[in-house]
Amino acid sequence: MGSTNSTLIKIPNVEELMQETGFSTAHIIRLHDRFKELDKERRGYLCPRDFEAIKGLAINPIGDRIIGAFFSPGRETVDFYTFVRILAHFRPADNSRPKESSSPEPINSRTNKLKFVFQLYDLDKDGKISRIDLLKVLRGMLEMQVTEEQLDSIVDRTIQEADLDGDDAISFEEFRKSLEKVNIDHKMSIRFLR
Amino acid sequence: MDRLKRTTFILFLMLVASLLPLGGHASSPEVGTGNGKVRDHQGNGDTTHKANYTKKAFPVLSFDYKNVRTPFEISLWVLLASLMKLGFHLIPRVSNIVPESCLLIVVGLLIGGLIKLVGEDPPVLSSKVFFFYLLPPIILDAGYFLPMRPFTENLGTILMFAVVGTLWNAFFIGGALYGVCQLEGDYLGKVELLSCLLFGSVVSAVDPVAVLAVFEEIHINELLHILVFGESLLNDAVTVVLYHLFEEFSSVGTITVTDVFLGIVCFLVVSLGGIMVGAMYGILAAFTSRFTSHTRVIEPLFVFVYSYLAYLSAEVFHLSGIMALIACGAVMRPYVEANISHKSHTTIKYFLKMWSSVSDTLIFIFLGVSTVAGKHNWNWTFVIATVVLCLVARVLGVIGLTLVINKFRIVKLTTKDQFIIAYGGLRGAIAFSLIYLLDENHFARKDMFLTAIITVIFFTVFVQGMTIRPLVDLLAVKKKQETKRSINEEIHTQFLDHLLTGIEDICGHYGHHHWKDKLNRFNKKYVKKCLIAGERSKEPQLIAFYHKMEFKQAIELVESGGGSKLPSAMPSTVSMQNIQPKKPSQERALPQVSKAREEEIRKILRTNLQKTRLRLRSYNRHTLVADPDEDGWNEFLIKRKRMKDLEKMSHVNNYLTVPAPPPDSPTIARARLASDPQAWVIKPVTGDIPTIKVELASPQSPESVSVVDEFKKSSYEQEDEDGDGLVMKATSLVAKKDETGEDDKEPQQRLQRCLSDPGPSAEDEEDEPFLP
Repeated sequence: MGSTNSTLIKIPNVEELMQETGFSTAHIIRLHDRFKELDKERRGYLCPRDFEAIKGLAINPIGDRIIGAFFSPGRETVDFYTFVRILAHFRPADNSRPKESSSPEPINSRTNKLKFVFQLYDLDKDGKISRIDLLKVLRGMLEMQVTEEQLDSIVDRTIQEADLDGDDAISFEEFRKSLEKVNIDHKMSIRFLR
Repeated sequence: MDRLKRTTFILFLMLVASLLPLGGHASSPEVGTGNGKVRDHQGNGDTTHKANYTKKAFPVLSFDYKNVRTPFEISLWVLLASLMKLGFHLIPRVSNIVPESCLLIVVGLLIGGLIKLVGEDPPVLSSKVFFFYLLPPIILDAGYFLPMRPFTENLGTILMFAVVGTLWNAFFIGGALYGVCQLEGDYLGKVELLSCLLFGSVVSAVDPVAVLAVFEEIHINELLHILVFGESLLNDAVTVVLYHLFEEFSSVGTITVTDVFLGIVCFLVVSLGGIMVGAMYGILAAFTSRFTSHTRVIEPLFVFVYSYLAYLSAEVFHLSGIMALIACGAVMRPYVEANISHKSHTTIKYFLKMWSSVSDTLIFIFLGVSTVAGKHNWNWTFVIATVVLCLVARVLGVIGLTLVINKFRIVKLTTKDQFIIAYGGLRGAIAFSLIYLLDENHFARKDMFLTAIITVIFFTVFVQGMTIRPLVDLLAVKKKQETKRSINEEIHTQFLDHLLTGIEDICGHYGHHHWKDKLNRFNKKYVKKCLIAGERSKEPQLIAFYHKMEFKQAIELVESGGGSKLPSAMPSTVSMQNIQPKKPSQERALPQVSKAREEEIRKILRTNLQKTRLRLRSYNRHTLVADPDEDGWNEFLIKRKRMKDLEKMSHVNNYLTVPAPPPDSPTIARARLASDPQAWVIKPVTGDIPTIKVELASPQSPESVSVVDEFKKSSYEQEDEDGDGLVMKATSLVAKKDETGEDDKEPQQRLQRCLSDPGPSAEDEEDEPFLP
């Protein structure tokens, strides 16, 4: 336990981080190790190049979006806190924790998870998923195997289905509604981060 | 009619004439065994009995039942089973309270009683018949339509219940029964430990037939259904191993540690071997289906034969036949479905449901009959102990296992879930047949075992089966969600899959998603190319799903009569055991066509409706063969429409590519309806379309084809195979469908007749990509 304690001491404000994200000590340490692994040049922060070096992300159709999610607009680096905070979205939700209405919603609540995904879709950050956003996503996911018309029809159909206020784009509420049957907690959680 | 009568009379005379020589040999013992022998005797008989022959009067009519006895009786049983099924649905009140399986057992009891009264020996459910003929269709049906996504997501839990749970049950029941026997002393004292363990292992297996029969009627949520059902399927391996293990060693009398170790190895061999055998046959079937594009008619046969061979091959090596069958069905399904025609798909679905339904009915009836027929040895202690121990073991097992499992699950199992799982552990005919197979010399108490097993089966099926439905309602267990997946969900689910894979990569964690993704890639890169014919191997899941959805919605729109309203009633679906109307779909915000346009459309249609209506009257909804002219014609219409749409789109999009049409995806191909290819009505965009004037799907007026010829662009190739019906290339057609919804008075009529019974529950097809 001595080594873990010393690692923890090296990370400033770690209790705050743990409180905010709900991770346990073991997780923080594990994530810290991973952070150091990715940060090959030992600068204390990560830049997009480090992420791109991860093999799996290169072939992932939405890899660049995921990387983009770590970097808040304008910033070029990711420090450990942001790293952990983003990953906290993928913690399985704690149903056992008592719901205190005064404290802010935990990062891994269903709403926040959905918000995170929404941001991934909405690249131009206008608060809505427009046709163009959707087209880009679908093109990325389906790669070269479909024609433009098929893509268009699918996008039409998708928006038609979800769009309730008729503005030809999907707002966060509509997004949330279209996913109400999907068990987001299950689909957006990584087990080991419990 | 006269001609008909004459021909039937002549045929009848011929039949009688052929029976005459047989009738002459009243004493011949081999009459029933086959034509060859009969003819032999006939030859002999003729010479010896010639003298007699001429003296008798010419027998115009003779009665020779023995010859036809076996097939006749089998057919009678099958007919009885089917009539029972019909009957139960005519009495809705009873079928609401009592599950079908109970009623069938009661019927079996009655029939057994009747047969006994008559004085004959009622047939007992022969294990051979059961394992080779009655069980495979049910398992194949289950395996082929197994919902892969929930199954693989919960695989760990299912395996825990199946393997560890069954082992626990077996040893607990076996051991406790032995203890009870020893305590009881005099009569039961002679029962050995191994016999008890054997009995315990047989009685502890949850039975897929019974589970299916009961759970299908209560419609609980997918998770519980797949947990109990998956457990019932996978515990077969454990049962097989334990059964053979104890059977082998009961003659010897003791078991050593080596034997236990060998047993464990055997278990691995049995289960993995079974799965591999099944997978191998599945791949063979998939590969074969790649080449069936010219012989569509026998496509379903391949599916059935390969699966049955998988089952039998596994049985040859004493591997788990059930797991082989499941593996075969699950492996072959995504590839076969990509290759076969729509009609074959329908055929497979219907046949599987039909066979499994009849099998299931027969099994329960025979259970009832066997109860009356079999030798019984009722021993209060033993029987009561068995029943009680079964319940206790099940409850303890489920609770204990859930404690462990919940540590690893994201979505935990609640107490309610645990209760349903425990309560849903029904025993059935497999246990009965296994005991029946026992050798009496080794198991002196076989009849006692039989009685006990039957009691347990009756108890679980009757008591638990009947009470589970009110309990489900009482406990407010989540029911199955009836709504379909929307394309939003599908897109978002795939997106989330990619997202999680990415996050797992970032975390450096090789988790669930990572491996799934890898498997998917492997599948796409290598396997699909081998097993799926032609261009379809490249079609991405999302597109396939999308087309399927569009197709289904088209049917609904047309069936509900189109109009400017949204579809408010969905076609009723027939599940394996009951008819259950779907709830109306969610309101979809389809754009409205202006009133003037609507009127215009209606007017145009009306003028043509008159002409086509007369022809339509003779349209049989059971016609599965489409007229080739019809298909070609419809294709022209579709192509022409597509051009119109493309033109339209070119105004909207700057980059109108008129590419070579994307290869026919199987799901587009599946949009060809079995009996009515013309599911799509052509939208009259402007007045210059002569299409509407031309009768749709009218083989009698081929001249109308030429009208559209001039509009046809030459770049498209036609499908040359028959039965390929309507080929829809692009889906721009589909996007405009909402406007065409109003147009369909005419095809609506036909489709109503053709489609009002889509058959077994359509939700089974609800699409799931091969690897979720």
